[in-house]
Amino acid sequence: MQYFHSVHLIESKCKGCVNCIKRCPTEAIRVRDGKANILETRCIDCGECVRICPNKAKDVVADGLEILENFQHKIALPAPALYGQFREGTTPEQVITALFQLGFDDVMDVAYAADLVAAKTRKIIQQTKVKPLISSACPAVVRLIQVRFPNLVEHIAPVVTPMEVASMLVKAEVSKRTGLKESEIGTFFISPCPGKVSAVKQPAGTEKAYVDGAISISLVFPLIREIISRPESDEQAVGKAIRTGSGLGIGWGRAGGENLSIGADKHLAVDGIHNVINILDDIECGKLAEINYIEAQACVGGCVGGVLTVENPFITRRRQRMLASSPARQEMTEEQVARMRDDLAKDRLYVFDKPITPRPMLKLDDDMALAIQKLATLEKIVEELPGLDCGSCGAPNCRALAEDVVRGLASETDCVFRLRERVQLLAEELLLAAAAVPPSMGTARNNTEQNETSTSS
Amino acid sequence: MEVSNRAEGLKETYDVAGRDFSSAGAASSRIKRILQQIGVDQGIIRRIAVSSYEAEMNLVIHASNGGRITLDISPDAVTILVEDDGPGITDIKKAMQPGYSTASDEIREMGFGAGMGLPNMQSCADELEISSEPGVGTTLKMVFMNR
Ligand SMILES: Nc1ncnc2c1ncn2[C@@H]1O[C@H](COP(=O)(O)OP(=O)(O)OP(=O)(O)O)[C@@H](O)[C@H]1O
Ligand code: SF4
Ligand SMILES: [Mg+2]
Repeated sequence: MQYFHSVHLIESKCKGCVNCIKRCPTEAIRVRDGKANILETRCIDCGECVRICPNKAKDVVADGLEILENFQHKIALPAPALYGQFREGTTPEQVITALFQLGFDDVMDVAYAADLVAAKTRKIIQQTKVKPLISSACPAVVRLIQVRFPNLVEHIAPVVTPMEVASMLVKAEVSKRTGLKESEIGTFFISPCPGKVSAVKQPAGTEKAYVDGAISISLVFPLIREIISRPESDEQAVGKAIRTGSGLGIGWGRAGGENLSIGADKHLAVDGIHNVINILDDIECGKLAEINYIEAQACVGGCVGGVLTVENPFITRRRQRMLASSPARQEMTEEQVARMRDDLAKDRLYVFDKPITPRPMLKLDDDMALAIQKLATLEKIVEELPGLDCGSCGAPNCRALAEDVVRGLASETDCVFRLRERVQLLAEELLLAAAAVPPSMGTARNNTEQNETSTSS
Repeated sequence: MEVSNRAEGLKETYDVAGRDFSSAGAASSRIKRILQQIGVDQGIIRRIAVSSYEAEMNLVIHASNGGRITLDISPDAVTILVEDDGPGITDIKKAMQPGYSTASDEIREMGFGAGMGLPNMQSCADELEISSEPGVGTTLKMVFMNR
């Protein structure tokens, strides 16, 4: 398998409708034999199909808690968006305590790494000539750029994501403290989305995966809620997070929070994958050159809108903002400031060791002359298709079917209208054939002239 | 849209409506997709995307009745021909200068009219030819070498 995907089809539930194929931002789904097949090279694990499927036939395969058993020391890396899932009044500290009780030996707040990445990004923005830079934090957006906007990869901010920075930092520190090898220490991202699950297994800008597993927020949510609701839970301060993020770091869980945290001017924030596509289209055309930085998130509302979260994103967005602005999280102690300075000095943590490369998916042929020929054929086919974009052929629109045809993956008569035309023609021919009587049998055909015309036609 | 196809080449023409800001950019989007399908180098696609968008916006903003963009692709080069039927440009030399613009305040409020379109096209294209006759129309030809 060339690309890892966390989004999968549950065949038994799929009815072969057109909902997902029409919603997919990279046209990565085709209905074949009544089932929605995901094309591996095009899927970006954004989760749009999971969201839209009326039959719940799209599933996200993340790790279960049993993965903790594979490691001696288990560390939770909660995404900032986890905190906003719980009832108002629930503090991040309560959630962190519950994570200890769930079986983690340590907790490293990803919101803290977000604070670090924000500081690095601020520097990069000042130094770079590339305008605008696009955040690398949302893996679905990064993959979208790779496959659909390959000429924009150089705009991706060259900074490792908070999740990975958190993992690298905490592994080094715990290894020093416990004497365990880094391979004996497991880090597990508590993930709001399939994109992050896939990024854990197959990161974009680093050679090796620095996080050992991804557990969905929806899996731990009921467990944490249960622990928090126990009457004794307040007193049981089982442990403290190795690092905790500031309010700004926690803000990364919602749309707009990342920009607020980076704090430079001439920023733009866009959320929702189809909105992101419009903005990327504009950048490709040279618009937005006056903007320095773009926070782009695949999910409406930001990570609180991820498909592995549980609560309504409009509610969590508000909670996330309140948590971020709570007075307790505005000031840092001197010790915290010093620690942050130390962590920021570990430069190596923040740089990609592998460039993010384009993965263009649209090319019709490696030979350009042949590709041009195929394109000409494609345009002809499109003209003959009805232009209804109905999806009955299994492709998201008429043009996509034509593309599939020239790629040899589909046939023009997959179009129900083209098929009907064919059937009609066949039926007419059949009628003609039925009416025609061989001369040896016929009585009406005594006219030689008629015979001549029929042979010459 | 018209399509014609010679040996090894392909030509497509898109109509661009004047003053229609809601569908402005459609032709450039189409062109970008086609270039991806042909497998043109990403850097060249970028230059063509910027140029065709600027040209398309000039049709929308400055040409009274819009115009046409013709994309002509061969393995050697991508040519973009932009034509309209007026009002034409009186002083081409001036129009080519960075910062020169006759755009109205209303257009400027929409974020256009920096006078950077033609200079951008000039620096993106490998060849640029422009001819215009006041009252008749403007023709702009841009060539991008493919290798
Ligand atoms: N197709 C055209 N028809 C008539 N006049 C044109 C046409 N294209 C350009 N011009 C004239 O040339 C000037 C410069 O064009 P250019 O594209 O460089 O700048 P602009 O369109 O005014 O601003 P910007 O492109 O930065 O939004 C225009 O203001 C306009 O007067
Ligand atoms: S916006 Fe956040 S939750 Fe949604 S795909 Fe991107 S990283 Fe995941
Ligand atoms: Mg212009």
